[in-house]
Amino acid sequence: MEEKRQNNTIKKVLKYVKKYWGLLLFSIVLAFVSVLLSLYIPILVGDTIDEILGMGQVNFIQVKRLLIGSLILAVITALCQWIMNIINNKITFQVIRDMRKEAFAKIQELPLKYVDTHPYGEIVSKIIADVDQFADGLLMGFTQLFTGVVTIIGTLVFMFSIHWKIAIVVVVLTPISLFVARFIAKRTYNMFRVQSEYRGEQTSLIDEMVGNQKVVQAYTQEEEILEKFDDINEKLSEASLKATFFSSLTNPCTRFVNSIVYAAVGLSGALSAMNGGITVGALSCFLSYANQYTKPFNEISGVITELQNAMACATRIFEFIEEENQVLEGAKIIDEADGNVRLSQVCFSYVPEVKLLENFNLSVKPGQRVAIVGPTGCGKTTVINLLMRFYDVNSGTICIEETDIRDMTRRSLRKNFGMVLQETWLKAGTIADNLKMGKPNATDEEMLKAAKASHAHSFIKRLPNGYDTYISEGGGSLSQGQKQLLCIARVMLCLPPMLILDEATSSIDTRTELKIQEAFARLMKGRTSFIVAHRLSTIQEADIILVMKDGNIIEQGDHDSLMKKNGFYANLYNSQFITVQQ
Amino acid sequence: MLKKLARCIREYKKDTIITPIYIIFEVILECIIPMVIADLVTKIQYGCEMDVVIKYGVILVLMACFSLAFGGLAGASSAKAACGFAKNIRKDLFYKVQDFSFENIDRFSSSSLVTRLTTDVSNVQMAFMMIIRTAIRAPFMFVFSFVMAYVKVGKLASVFVVVVPILLFVLIMVIKTAMPLFRKVFKKYDALNNSIQENVKSMRVVKSFVREDYEKEKFTYAAEDVCADFTKADKILAWNTPIMQFCLYVVMIFVLYVGSYVIITTKGANINVGSLSAMLTYGMQILMSLMMISMIFVMVTLSVESAKRIVEVLDEESTIKNVEGEQLQFDVKDGSIDFEAVNFKYAKKASKMALSNINLSIASGETIGIIGGTGSSKSSLIQLIPRLYDVTEGTVKVAGVDVRKYDLESLRNAVAVVLQKNVLFSGTIKENLRWGNKEATDEEILEACKLAQADEFIQRFPDKYDTYIEQGGANVSGGQKQRLCIARALLKKPKILILDDSTSAVDTKTDALIRKAFAEYIPDTTKIIIAQRISSIQEADRIIVMDGGTITGVGTHVELLKNNNIYREIYTSQNKAGDKDEE
Repeated sequence: MEEKRQNNTIKKVLKYVKKYWGLLLFSIVLAFVSVLLSLYIPILVGDTIDEILGMGQVNFIQVKRLLIGSLILAVITALCQWIMNIINNKITFQVIRDMRKEAFAKIQELPLKYVDTHPYGEIVSKIIADVDQFADGLLMGFTQLFTGVVTIIGTLVFMFSIHWKIAIVVVVLTPISLFVARFIAKRTYNMFRVQSEYRGEQTSLIDEMVGNQKVVQAYTQEEEILEKFDDINEKLSEASLKATFFSSLTNPCTRFVNSIVYAAVGLSGALSAMNGGITVGALSCFLSYANQYTKPFNEISGVITELQNAMACATRIFEFIEEENQVLEGAKIIDEADGNVRLSQVCFSYVPEVKLLENFNLSVKPGQRVAIVGPTGCGKTTVINLLMRFYDVNSGTICIEETDIRDMTRRSLRKNFGMVLQETWLKAGTIADNLKMGKPNATDEEMLKAAKASHAHSFIKRLPNGYDTYISEGGGSLSQGQKQLLCIARVMLCLPPMLILDEATSSIDTRTELKIQEAFARLMKGRTSFIVAHRLSTIQEADIILVMKDGNIIEQGDHDSLMKKNGFYANLYNSQFITVQQ
Repeated sequence: MLKKLARCIREYKKDTIITPIYIIFEVILECIIPMVIADLVTKIQYGCEMDVVIKYGVILVLMACFSLAFGGLAGASSAKAACGFAKNIRKDLFYKVQDFSFENIDRFSSSSLVTRLTTDVSNVQMAFMMIIRTAIRAPFMFVFSFVMAYVKVGKLASVFVVVVPILLFVLIMVIKTAMPLFRKVFKKYDALNNSIQENVKSMRVVKSFVREDYEKEKFTYAAEDVCADFTKADKILAWNTPIMQFCLYVVMIFVLYVGSYVIITTKGANINVGSLSAMLTYGMQILMSLMMISMIFVMVTLSVESAKRIVEVLDEESTIKNVEGEQLQFDVKDGSIDFEAVNFKYAKKASKMALSNINLSIASGETIGIIGGTGSSKSSLIQLIPRLYDVTEGTVKVAGVDVRKYDLESLRNAVAVVLQKNVLFSGTIKENLRWGNKEATDEEILEACKLAQADEFIQRFPDKYDTYIEQGGANVSGGQKQRLCIARALLKKPKILILDDSTSAVDTKTDALIRKAFAEYIPDTTKIIIAQRISSIQEADRIIVMDGGTITGVGTHVELLKNNNIYREIYTSQNKAGDKDEE
């Protein structure tokens, strides 16, 4: 199972790389050439040494020839390596870019349910951290795995061709280096995993506490939190001590194995040289091979851990990219809907266990106002989620202009709605960017007109750079009321035929609220509107009142009929609005 | 800056010092091994006995073992030192932040504090490890190999004097050009990160304004940019290995060429083949150590930024702390509050006062309503009471004593504030509520929740009071969150209870019930309620109307209706429809 999944992942990775197969091939050829050359140079050097044997017995012409040869080879090797490095970097960064693009596009396609149920940090870390990790692994894999394997094979071939007996000594010693490398790699991998778990835990503690330091202080909870922090800090420190220790063993161990191999070659070579089985030059050449031979083993073991890690990241990224898309959309496009909205037999729930809407019917004629009323947490957003098709109904239909919204493109459906909610939606950018969000090609005059109509102009004008003032994500230093005015202006600019509005209650002072009300009124003129209502006047003037409780719509009708019914609404009305007037 | 950071080494001083010593031993052994082999090669060349060869073999293996042992010891002590160092830095930082006043936090912004505590510390830890291990190892290796080479082959070693500066120059050039590029890329990276975060967070906006394509395009542009910059930066770094190897070969060739020449002219008097092979090994070691030095250089420069950011936090002095050397008050006698000629601004540099000339006296047990437009500094006013900020001029007194004369913890325990930005923390409801009072019994919790009208919905949760609250209270509604926060504040049994617009998401009926409960069950507590709805405050003993950082009116609902324009305006706007209804 596990293996199959890994194979699958590899296949998918290859798909990304395929685009660059020409470059890849070139890089492989270069790696091959540079390894072979760098292996050949020691032979030349060894030959040279053999030419200077003994006192004053140097074949100088031969030495010169050999050395010039090595020099040329050295230049070529360096060039090959350089080009190879550049190509590998290029491939890697382009693959990263491709992957990121695809993952980001995916965000836009995902159903909201996915986003609602996954923490933001997780998604971000998939696109940034996981892709990075994967890329690092890929880069390392490209450069080191291949050259490593070629080096090992090459050195073995050369060694056997020089002196097979000593070569066998080296081969026999190989398992030590493999064993040591694997042992360390495995340990470190586990330790690092533990470390990153603790680090994650600590980061989320820091994030939560430091992020809300003001509350922590207002409740004088500093000491309790310090205790918690110390505890996790200690654990992290221990885990990272182990991880760092094991990983820092890698180098000494590698050097140890190298020294052993080196010594073994030296000794056995010396023995053969004594018997005249090998020249001193060949021996020196052998020694340099022994050095080159052991190195890739350690590198490869590092590469394998790195690759495993990269594969794990790739799997996560692919899981994300292959996450089920939102249900397909229809093809119908309605440019400007007439404002007829009909819900018939709608059933809906977020989770099967908790039923929310059941067989809900509602018919709204163009220009009508629908007020949604109910106590806090009664699920008013559910209605919005369904109308905008952020979520799909379980059964039944929602029709706009007698067209099932599932038959329309999402684009045209959402273009027909304008939303102003309490949680204001501003993005990092200038005021103008934010206003033109719904209609990017609007002229400045249109924008100005919309801003004036929604009473936003006067405060925008007073900002340091007017419409070009940069606001940070979430609206930055603007007040709640100002943010909402901006959101109204934004909708005012594109004037869709249907509206979803949320009457604000919190944090807005009365003067601003008056302006908002006026702006709302102007906006709603002649448009079908759904209003999450808090004020009496809005409710009384609505054509249809939906009374919600615990996620369900329990009553429906206009003010008079609902009052006559003497049900939940009448009760709510009497308790909420009349008492205020005492 | 270094001094400040070095102070965090503390109990790990021993490990920090001993690591380089181990490493020096390791390096010495490593440098001797090639010499021994060179000796062996020379001996063999002139013919020797078997037992000599074996003796050499044993020596070599022993040296390798010792080298391993020292390497392991160095690894252990350096890991201990580096991790301990990081632990201490994190601890110091976190403790420091706990001491910060609101003003300090505002200055850094909490998200930047989080990065400083996490990423920056990791960077510094890596650099520290590098410094105590490699930064000792590389130069020492360099010098030692150089000396050994000189001893072995004499003047021939001067080839390094030529090659090393050239190589050093190239490496420095490479790093110097690549570094600014990398810095630039990292900045762009942050932008990329933000772009994703923002899109995920405000997905509903993007979708409802049908902006998916635009966002995709924007992102593609950013991703393209990062890709291009990285390729550019790495193109320069790609020079490193080939140049290194090339230099190595050049040294090799040069040594052999000059060496053979010397052997001819001096008839091998002061040089032999064994020395030549040793020379090659040393050459390799010298060049490798150069490479390492250049890497350290990169690492350290990258982490200097992080170190700076850490020290900035460590250096920051909390602007609010217990006054030293003075007799502190630990007991808050009652809930009376006095503002005497208070002026306040958020930052010393700010030109505008957030509050000016506030004079106000509130009796213990009074219920005070505060109303006023956005930016009228209602929140600023009440934050002075528990000393979340300090006044710029004038005094704030609680129970007749200047707040600056109280022990901070005692003061804040007596003054409970439900802040405008309500926050719950990950943990069960009970755990969250016990923030108010660690030792609260289950009965007390139940009682507080009943007062705050939270019990009713908590009982409907499957796990009741043990229901787990997600970070930031993501799984409860706004109104529920507010009621939980009120219950949490009530558990403190405060002398003064301040609600900063904390019932805005609660419906009017529940809001009224909460106020009624307050009046009945905690009559002796001074209650200050900031609200936008007149209905939330109209029954208060006195109502304060604020505008632009000053108090424009104080009185009862009836009085203010009569003589305060702003109040009347607010009232009529909120009750227009209601009036009509009554007629």
